[in-house]
Amino acid sequence: MDTRIELRVDGEQRSLTVDTRTTLLDALRERLGVTTPKKGCDHGQCGSCTVLLDGRRATTCLALAVAHAGSEITTAAGLADGEELHPVARAFLEHDGLQCGYCTPGQICSAVGMLDEAEAGWPSSVTEHGEGGAALDESELDDEEIRERMSGNLCRCGAYANIVTAIREAANGSGR
Amino acid sequence: MTTAEESMLRANAIGTPLTRLDGTEKVTGTAPYAVEHPVDSPAHLHPLQAAIALGRATGIDTSAAEAEPGVLAVLTHANAPRLASTGNGELEILQSGEVGYRGQFLGGVIAETPEIARRAADLIRVHYERYEHDVELRADRDDLYKPEQVNPAFDTDTAQGDADGALASAAVTLDATYSTPMEHNNPMEPHATIACWTDGELTLHDSTQGVYWTQAAVAPLFELDQQQVRVISPHVGGGFGSKGIPHPNVVLAAMAARLVPGRPVKFPLTRQQMFSVVGYRTPTIQHVRLGADEQGRLSAITLDVVEQTAKVKEFAEQTAIPTRTMYAAPHRRTSHRLAALDTPVPTWMRAPGECPGMFGPEVAMDEMALACGLDPIEFRVRNEPETDPESGLPFSSRNLVACLREGARRFGWHDRDPRPGTRRHGEWLVGTGVAASTYPVFAMPGSQATIRATPDGRYAVRIGAVDIGTGTWTALTQIAADALEVSVGEVDLEIGSTTLPTASGAGGSSGINSWGSPIVAAARTLRARLDEHGGTVPAEGVEATEGMPDNPHTSQYAMHSFGAQFAEVWVNADTGEVSVPRLLGIFAAGRIINARTGRSQLLGGMTMGLSMALHEESVLDPRFGHVVNHDLAEYHIATNADVGSLEVDWLDEHDPYVNPMGSKGIGELGITGTAAAITNAAYHATGIRVRELPLHPDKFLR
Repeated sequence: MDTRIELRVDGEQRSLTVDTRTTLLDALRERLGVTTPKKGCDHGQCGSCTVLLDGRRATTCLALAVAHAGSEITTAAGLADGEELHPVARAFLEHDGLQCGYCTPGQICSAVGMLDEAEAGWPSSVTEHGEGGAALDESELDDEEIRERMSGNLCRCGAYANIVTAIREAANGSGR
Repeated sequence: MTTAEESMLRANAIGTPLTRLDGTEKVTGTAPYAVEHPVDSPAHLHPLQAAIALGRATGIDTSAAEAEPGVLAVLTHANAPRLASTGNGELEILQSGEVGYRGQFLGGVIAETPEIARRAADLIRVHYERYEHDVELRADRDDLYKPEQVNPAFDTDTAQGDADGALASAAVTLDATYSTPMEHNNPMEPHATIACWTDGELTLHDSTQGVYWTQAAVAPLFELDQQQVRVISPHVGGGFGSKGIPHPNVVLAAMAARLVPGRPVKFPLTRQQMFSVVGYRTPTIQHVRLGADEQGRLSAITLDVVEQTAKVKEFAEQTAIPTRTMYAAPHRRTSHRLAALDTPVPTWMRAPGECPGMFGPEVAMDEMALACGLDPIEFRVRNEPETDPESGLPFSSRNLVACLREGARRFGWHDRDPRPGTRRHGEWLVGTGVAASTYPVFAMPGSQATIRATPDGRYAVRIGAVDIGTGTWTALTQIAADALEVSVGEVDLEIGSTTLPTASGAGGSSGINSWGSPIVAAARTLRARLDEHGGTVPAEGVEATEGMPDNPHTSQYAMHSFGAQFAEVWVNADTGEVSVPRLLGIFAAGRIINARTGRSQLLGGMTMGLSMALHEESVLDPRFGHVVNHDLAEYHIATNADVGSLEVDWLDEHDPYVNPMGSKGIGELGITGTAAAITNAAYHATGIRVRELPLHPDKFLR
């Protein structure tokens, strides 16, 4: 069954027809030609399709497009401010937090979403429990926290060590 | 005649940490991978795969699929294009209803959308006649056979002296069997193709490690001239060997596109499909025997390897190769034996041969060092060969000992207590281990480079190379700049298409050697021609094309890179969980072309080695012949949280014999020895010697 939906993608209003079986990822890639989010597993196991969906990181292969009609999507391409790369993207480039580049847009969207979560004090499974439960003081976003929070994004080339460096630098920089 | 020293490039751009030239496109996700190339009105293919391991499809009912709205065609052996017989049983699909392994392609549905194609493929009913299949590798099989050679063209067996006699009289001996499991490459970009036929010619946007390798394999199947198949692949989302030579998915896409001429057919594999159709690393069983005198000098080394191949096509992994080069011993023997099974075809996976072949023997060296009462570094140093043990040739450069020494210093090895199972940190048992790394210097023949200088001061460098994430775009630009004696900003590199001069693929860590050498040769010819024009570029431009130059030194020297890897391992005393908080790799691999991307290659290799050590195992169900854990939730690869402190460095190694750049391949070196270093450290932590990968917790719960 086909349905007409609207999406706002990287700041642009888009109108499209989707099969009710169409995932958000396939809607972006096959219907709209937005190929920045990648398909690595189609089962929410690798994170390559991560975008910011209404401001939070989400795997678009596990989302049906019709269920997200009207939503706001930011891909790694949309993070850039014109020609100016997003500070996280710039840090990935500088620290070579990528090799083949296929997981990279998902890693970067995930990192941007993760830094917002950390800023809001959301705990991860490695966050120390303090009085009144676990909450992250932003100054505690150390390498262990970054590794844990980025483990939903697989990289087969093995760029993890550089990805952590890139995110740490971006988090400490003035870019956010 | 110029000497090797004189023909070496003067490094200017080479060695600098230039950021990836394709980096901005990659961090914004705008670099187009195979099925992301915009094409007009694409159709979508979903395959039909065999649900039995051996037998024959006696009837395929496609009526329900054909009745689905939006279905353009259904492909089976009944209507598939006839392929020319090229002797490649893996690629010659759909020529009959025969099934040689579970998951083999039996057909596919071509439809207007991917959803329709997938749904319609589910509606196809296949009736089978089943034959009894055989998918179990065991060392005690009575039908193991000796292949004519092992990948790509090494002797299957070698022998020197009297290994059995030397072992019988040795003061210290070791006799142990090690094993590595079936593993799958799993590049993040699934294998993917857009195929389109126009006027009898085929265009493939394919995710491949070699555009000309794909062309060479596909053209004869469809009885086309090579130039009638155009292959385009500017960006590849990883390969690690499985995208080296084409697999049946490329053929199925081309067949499907034949049924809808003029329409491009998109065929990205799913992650699950990749576990049966694009190859894997064979499981290996490695029987190692070592003999040494009282001083810890090896008198005998033997390695007898048993592994598997597929009945539909042979692939013989060269697992014993590194043992022929690593350590001195007058009496030595290596062999490879295969079991031919009703399984998918094994293939290259990052450092085929060297990667599994540096597991068993490097754990054996650790065991033998202990048996001889020596530190494992000292034991290796004591058995360092003067010349290549089997060929007798001198090494063009060999700095294994220097890597071990430098790594030991950096890692803090000197005060290591050798006793196993004596350090505890809370519930964790702590240990450290070391192993060596090695990889040969391969050069592939046949590449050509064309360079064109134009009056606007630009240099167009064209070669059909590929970048699978290794940094080819950047490194070849640096090489061209230095060979032309210009800045990198003046060079415009083009790679990734068969419209460019012919080139070998990205395999055997040979890319920079095989593509860089003809670029240097073409640049030198171009500069000579420019000199004829008084140093100015005429209006029509100046062009030079050169092929891969002969290297006279390859017959005079043994050429290999080396390294030493150090691991700190924590094993949980209660759960058996293994954690690797610290890894250090020190390598000697000639001149590193790009310090930034080169470091990433070595880090990436070690990370995949860590993944192999801790997680990776494809579980083949002998009852049905399929890999049970066929997705990334169940086939675990290392995640970010698995990697702790990971440090990589290299020694300045001068080697004028390997090529004009003085470089050795580094794409595979990093994965060799990592799993052994971690396994040796796990023994040091626990006192439990594991000889079977991976190091899952059950191995430590005794």
